[in-house]
Amino acid sequence: MVLSAHDKSNVKSVFGKIGGQAEEFGAETLERMFAAYPQTKTYFPHFDLGKGSAQVKGHGKKVAAALVEAANHIDDIAGALSKLSDLHAQKLRVDPVNFKLLGQCFLVVVASHHPALLTPDVHASLDKFLCAVGTVLTAKYR
Amino acid sequence: MVHWSAEEKQLIASVWGKVNVEECGAEALARLLIVYPWTQRFFDNFGNLSSPTAIIGNPKVRAHGKKVLTSFGDAIKNLDNLKVTYSKLSELHCDKLHVDPENFRLLGDILIIVLAAHFTKDFTPACQATWQKLVGLVAHALAHKYH
Repeated sequence: MVLSAHDKSNVKSVFGKIGGQAEEFGAETLERMFAAYPQTKTYFPHFDLGKGSAQVKGHGKKVAAALVEAANHIDDIAGALSKLSDLHAQKLRVDPVNFKLLGQCFLVVVASHHPALLTPDVHASLDKFLCAVGTVLTAKYR
Repeated sequence: MVHWSAEEKQLIASVWGKVNVEECGAEALARLLIVYPWTQRFFDNFGNLSSPTAIIGNPKVRAHGKKVLTSFGDAIKNLDNLKVTYSKLSELHCDKLHVDPENFRLLGDILIIVLAAHFTKDFTPACQATWQKLVGLVAHALAHKYH
């Protein structure tokens, strides 16, 4: 799966329009993921996962920042997320299936806040991008 | 035996009551074919699927999308009996249509995104969670008779 020039342009445009909301979107993505896929909470036993949790907000900010970073370096996502990839492989070891779940929730957040932005064409590009990020983050697992 | 809380049933009914089945079904199927183009393999006889515009405007896609989502309505009327409700359809998808059940999961996720775009902030995390549960169970019921 390869990101075409058109995909890259779509992704950059999405993140351009989301702008400063990225952090808020990161937090909401996690909130939705924990609600829809309770098994994902098993990676956060040390967190308060209640509504409005500062820890979830903080972590959502980190997740969003990583997505923004990947979008800003979309020609070399592996390079941009190399350290994060190491972290996930060596320390976090989040099962690969969960990246799809996060991706789904991120798409839902974008769809619910910016429905007009997520045309089918943009949806396809963003889905591919999120898959690519997940692939990079799990690339060094074995 | 699946359990649905009163709140979940309410969240399902309130969303479904406001869904235009034809529009929503058409959009969900179109997005499936656009976002996951390999799903087009089941629709060789649908004519022009060469671009997102072609897919969205394709009358066979619209008609089939409406058919699929209308069937989804049956699930909602039979929340406690999904496997029985979808028994024949499951056999059909296995024996005649030869559809990999993964496609049911893909379509379910796409439907969620279409609902999110339609209902925006009303599509709360609780609402999404309930609907993810529903689409997951529908996919499971449709795969149940596979052999």
